[in-house]
Amino acid sequence: MPQASPNPSREGRRRGILIKKTIITPEKARSTYIIDFERQEYRFMNSVLKGTGYVLVHTPDMVIHNGTTQTTERIVNPDSDYLKQLKAHLRPYERVLAYYPNQTYIGNVTPAELAQVDGPWQDLESPVNDRYGAFGEIMPQDEFYLLVQAVDEFELVYLDRDFVAKTKEKLAQDPIVTEFILKRIHEGVDQAKLKQLIEDEGAEGLYMNDVIVGAVRRAHDIDTNLSAHVMIENLVSKASSALALLYAVKNADINPDDIEYTIDCSEEACGDMNQRGGGNFAKATAEIAELSRSTGSDVRGFCAAPAHAVMVAASLVKAGTFKAVAVTAGGSTAKLGMNGKDHVKKGLPILEDCLGGFAVVITEDDGINPVINIDNVGWHAVGTGSSPQNVIASLVTVPLEKAGLKVTDVDYYSPEMQNPDITKPAGAGDVPLANMKMIGALAVKQGDLERSELNGFVERHGLPGFAPTQGHIPSGVPYLGHARESMLKGEVNRVMIVGKGSLFLGRMTNLFDGVSFLVEKNDGPKAAEAAVSSEEIRQIIAESLRDFAQGLLESR
Amino acid sequence: MDLENQKRVKDLTEQYAPENIVVLLGAAEGEASGIAAETVTNGDPTFAGPLTGVSLGLSVYHVCEEEVKEEYDPEVYDEQVSMMEMVLDVDEIAEEMQAIREQYSKY
Repeated sequence: MPQASPNPSREGRRRGILIKKTIITPEKARSTYIIDFERQEYRFMNSVLKGTGYVLVHTPDMVIHNGTTQTTERIVNPDSDYLKQLKAHLRPYERVLAYYPNQTYIGNVTPAELAQVDGPWQDLESPVNDRYGAFGEIMPQDEFYLLVQAVDEFELVYLDRDFVAKTKEKLAQDPIVTEFILKRIHEGVDQAKLKQLIEDEGAEGLYMNDVIVGAVRRAHDIDTNLSAHVMIENLVSKASSALALLYAVKNADINPDDIEYTIDCSEEACGDMNQRGGGNFAKATAEIAELSRSTGSDVRGFCAAPAHAVMVAASLVKAGTFKAVAVTAGGSTAKLGMNGKDHVKKGLPILEDCLGGFAVVITEDDGINPVINIDNVGWHAVGTGSSPQNVIASLVTVPLEKAGLKVTDVDYYSPEMQNPDITKPAGAGDVPLANMKMIGALAVKQGDLERSELNGFVERHGLPGFAPTQGHIPSGVPYLGHARESMLKGEVNRVMIVGKGSLFLGRMTNLFDGVSFLVEKNDGPKAAEAAVSSEEIRQIIAESLRDFAQGLLESR
Repeated sequence: MDLENQKRVKDLTEQYAPENIVVLLGAAEGEASGIAAETVTNGDPTFAGPLTGVSLGLSVYHVCEEEVKEEYDPEVYDEQVSMMEMVLDVDEIAEEMQAIREQYSKY
């Protein structure tokens, strides 16, 4: 009986003929196999979740100077009490480290463990409070400013000389930061130069506790698309994305040169007045992560973008277009302190004080890592309509039914995973919980669940929210790292990732959007019970050689 | 209530007269419903939008309230909204809405 090799494609190409074959099994499932003739082995052509990276960057000064709630307030109501009270509500780095949702985001606390801790969590101190986590880290602001300068190619970022001197050593201690990045950090300039840039050239300041430690220049004298404001947003996105990407590649334990395609799924646009959203944050970020064999492109879909991007990446690998694809996204300065007014009004700290970044690496099936099952994706179509019933049906119950699964066959759902500490005081409720209730309610309406089972379903199959409200970051993907760990341990079999997006914000359409897919435990090398016997393999070889010969004859 | 929507409500009220307007809300919970309801009756309590200090006193309901349910085609309601009755705390919302109406609605 044929055995499956752990990585047939790489070895096969060195030895002999590798053929991709689509076979229709007795159950009418279409499966694409890679068959290695020399080793008489075969493998399903699936894509797997090889590694993930999750990072937070604590940026209290950027809350004040770059968060749009604050910048808008300064224009509309400059003497407001809110602006005066704001600073007193910013948390120090130590409290950000000891915050349960943050430790969950970077992988040191599992969602199950978080669910055991009664919220709200902002007054609690997690005993687990390491800067570094299984999936990434929580980087402090000063080191991040150096990273922002390091990713800048156009001499737009200037940092204070003394600040660089004392912070560069700190950054160099971070194991993920490469020589390549450190070499790109300049010595810095003096305060006079920074003041001149800010006062005379409209540069945006970078602050540490109100002290100017840097300035970001505009990239063009009149083009508003290259203003200092846009450049700082985009460089911050690029830097935090690169940090997450470095972690994902490291955690995937592959050679960075194996990655052939990178997709960015943040919500920023880079371009100039002639091509405002030209893009390719992806390639810019891949360059910083030294993915020398990668090209890439950006996928935009508001909050649903990460789910779209992972689905696209998985499809690229499954189709054999690329062997390994990375998906990455950085954080948004605009969203810092977005709900700050509600938080301050209720005596809470500013909980939106961190940028978020994430990245995943997707590769060919290795028989070990969780499979990204894109055989029956869910999607919200143009004609789906906006009622909650139609939205949830299109994303959850319709694809599950196509896959022959019940709503209870999914161990955990990961829809919008916003931290409820942030959303509840702002009047937006507990978003993951609301999503789970909607899924359960639809199942009740469709007769798949009893009304009395609704609460139990929500508790059993739901997860607490723990992601920062950084737009695209909470949508579906925060759970991928934990899902992978649980599946590798054999604790979880199947999860559903649901991404949703509000497109109306761009004023191009009032339509809603979303996509969903399953991630499933890898059941290992395919063996005896498969429909392909060694006799069939011989037949396939014979057929393929016949086809090949026929092709040669016809082309004469 | 978002600023665009406040403007729309204000413009429509000027166009059609307040006694001819009913505002129907779809907010997900009590507090948000209450703030939106107060906005179209007594004025924007957050002082952010065009209805700041403008008391329209409009008739306002949440889509799940019993009073307005009688007005709908039950099939349409079933298709579009009924699922949310299992998700929202309808009682809490109805309480908020009733309180605001009693205090501020003129029509």
